[in-house]
Amino acid sequence: MTIGLSHYLTVAAILFTIGVLGIFVNRRNVIVILMSIELILLAVNINLVSFSVFLHDVVGQIYALVVLTVAAAEAAVGLAILVTFFRWRGSIAVDDASVMRG
Amino acid sequence: MSPQLVVTLLVLAPLLGAIIAGLGVRRIGDVPAMAITTGLLFFACALGWTAFIQVIWGGWPARFTVELAPFIDVGAFRSTWSIRIDSLSAVMLVVVTTVSALVHLYSWGYMADDPYKPRFFAYLSLFTFFMLALVTAADFMQLFFGWEGVGLASYLLIGFWYQKDTANAAAIKAFVVNRVGDAGFALGIMTVFWAFGTIRFAEIFPQVPAHARALWRFAGQDLKLMDLACCLLFIGAMGKSAQFLLHTWLPDAMEGPTPVSALIHAATMVTAGVYMVCLLSPMFEYAPIAKDLVTVVGAVTALFAATIGLAQNDIKRVVAYSTCSQLGYMFFAAGVGAYPAAMFHLFTHAFFKALLFLGAGAVINAVHHEQDMRKMGGLYKVLPITYAIMLVGTLSITGVGIPGIDLGFSGFYSKDAIIDAAFVAGRTDGISNFAFFAGLIAAGLTSFYSWRLIFMTFHGTPTWGHGAAHGGADHAHADAGHADPGHDAHGHGDEPPREAPWNMRGPLLLLALGAVAAGGVFAEAFIGPDRADFWRGAVFNLPGDHILDALKSVPPAVVWGPLVVTAIGFGVAWYVYVLREGLGARLARGPVWAFLYNKWYFDEIYDFIFVRGAKALGDLFWKGGDKALIDGLGPDGVSAVSMIVGKATGRLQTGYVYHYAFVMLLGIAGLLSFALWAFR
Repeated sequence: MTIGLSHYLTVAAILFTIGVLGIFVNRRNVIVILMSIELILLAVNINLVSFSVFLHDVVGQIYALVVLTVAAAEAAVGLAILVTFFRWRGSIAVDDASVMRG
Repeated sequence: MSPQLVVTLLVLAPLLGAIIAGLGVRRIGDVPAMAITTGLLFFACALGWTAFIQVIWGGWPARFTVELAPFIDVGAFRSTWSIRIDSLSAVMLVVVTTVSALVHLYSWGYMADDPYKPRFFAYLSLFTFFMLALVTAADFMQLFFGWEGVGLASYLLIGFWYQKDTANAAAIKAFVVNRVGDAGFALGIMTVFWAFGTIRFAEIFPQVPAHARALWRFAGQDLKLMDLACCLLFIGAMGKSAQFLLHTWLPDAMEGPTPVSALIHAATMVTAGVYMVCLLSPMFEYAPIAKDLVTVVGAVTALFAATIGLAQNDIKRVVAYSTCSQLGYMFFAAGVGAYPAAMFHLFTHAFFKALLFLGAGAVINAVHHEQDMRKMGGLYKVLPITYAIMLVGTLSITGVGIPGIDLGFSGFYSKDAIIDAAFVAGRTDGISNFAFFAGLIAAGLTSFYSWRLIFMTFHGTPTWGHGAAHGGADHAHADAGHADPGHDAHGHGDEPPREAPWNMRGPLLLLALGAVAAGGVFAEAFIGPDRADFWRGAVFNLPGDHILDALKSVPPAVVWGPLVVTAIGFGVAWYVYVLREGLGARLARGPVWAFLYNKWYFDEIYDFIFVRGAKALGDLFWKGGDKALIDGLGPDGVSAVSMIVGKATGRLQTGYVYHYAFVMLLGIAGLLSFALWAFR
């Protein structure tokens, strides 16, 4: 069995689904949400890279690098917000972060 | 002085007094304010008698009009401030200025303890001015101005003791009931203007015969124009003169100070309706249906008010219902066409009724502002002068006199003339016949309640003094003293009753003179065979109407009838209240008595129909129309809907990050699906 494009895409889809569920199902920790976002971005990266190889187009790989950079920046900003939030509320439980409730 | 100047000064003097006393209160002090108003009124009174004598026996023209200034000038609707003098208005000038001047003087004594004397005197003078403007009006608009002006003054004076709730309520009641009549009056003026194209009496009266048969098509009905106009105008007269159905305000108006009751609610203002009917006799003569209405309403009032007077315990209310009844006499006299007799009774009535009221005021003053006759009794020993004065008034109002030699008190001449006139008219007319019998029975009732007043107040066992005046039954009147801070100085019932001071006794004696002599002196002039020289066309009768000439030819039974029923009334009152003292109190427990005491339950019926009806209607429009419908669909409805929508959408904002993320994801999925479907 050769490993083809569909396998890569399947793995990416599974990662993406895990990431999305991680956002929704998780009620405990905001850090888990950040991690889930990383997972989603990773799934996107896998898609970009595998299509790049499959289509012989290097733009996809360059774009994957851009995504990695953005993901790193996002993680930094996200964790910084999280630290501030913890200092303010004394908790990073997801259910506690609902001051926007109408 | 020229006649024009005399009458101008006469009308404007009270206004000047009112302005000085009313607007200069703080600056000039009590005594100057009282002296100025009273002085100007006596000046006006002198001018009034001058005008009366000059117009009727002197060298003045029989009728003239002084035009002072334009009032309203809109197309054909022209009204001028004017002073119209003829015999009719001259009679009223005398009545108004004389009674007003005497009441001013009397008030010096009666209101001595009141802290607001300048205001009181200003109101009195203002009233006098409005009344003079009314009686000298040369057109309907000024008549209406005076009419409303005296209504205003009446309102202010009924509510003079404004700290008293009952006085305020009575003032408002008088105002509101009068508005009902005024609505009719205003419609009557409009009808007259519509028919004649002018509101000036001098221009209307010559046109009346030409319009006598005119019809007005309204709502599919052909209405006789003159009848319509006169009926509407008479509704105004009914309101002002407290006739049957619109009478309820007059007894309540007794909440005002007693001099006010004497001046406004007995002698002058309430007779304005009679004056108007006599003034408009050239119109009423061509309005047979309206005349019948006047007769019926007058006769019913004469009888009805007299029955209520039988059962009242408040001394002022007895006199008030008596006023109501006597006004009924005047109206049915006018209704049967005996306008001179109506005016004559107005003239004599002014004297003896003012006398009775001021005498009652002297009694009230003597027993420390107690008005309940059950708490008086035996006063003739301590108040001999007041007793004599009240006796004169009673003899006059009951019409005591000997028909054979034609000698008696004032009321004898005028009342008997009215009853005889009704009898003469009743020979051909069933309605006048009814008026005759009503008048005769009312004369007997008048005698009963008038003597009842005398006996309960002056005879019998004294029940005043030593705290008796403080009985709990009549708190309203007990409060009258307290609402008026000055009266506390009286010491309330601890000292025995005292005779009134000279400034109250003086007017009483003068009025007593009028009550004795005014009838005898003026009877020939007013209603005698030469009355044409007196009236000189100021009142009008259809040609061939010789009702007053026929008075001498009535049968002896009719001539002696009033005296007989008066004697019977006196006898019954003597029996019930003197011979069998206490019988009256036992009678007062019966149902008939309760019916009369409660004024035929008119106030209750009106309260049920009109007051509560109006309140229910108002509630319907307020709660149903305004609050439920307009507010409900309008502002309140819109705000409620946006509240509900806002609450519902607000609930979408949970604040949980994953909900927002989920919605975001759904959005992206949706957009992507749309993009895939749209750009495939």
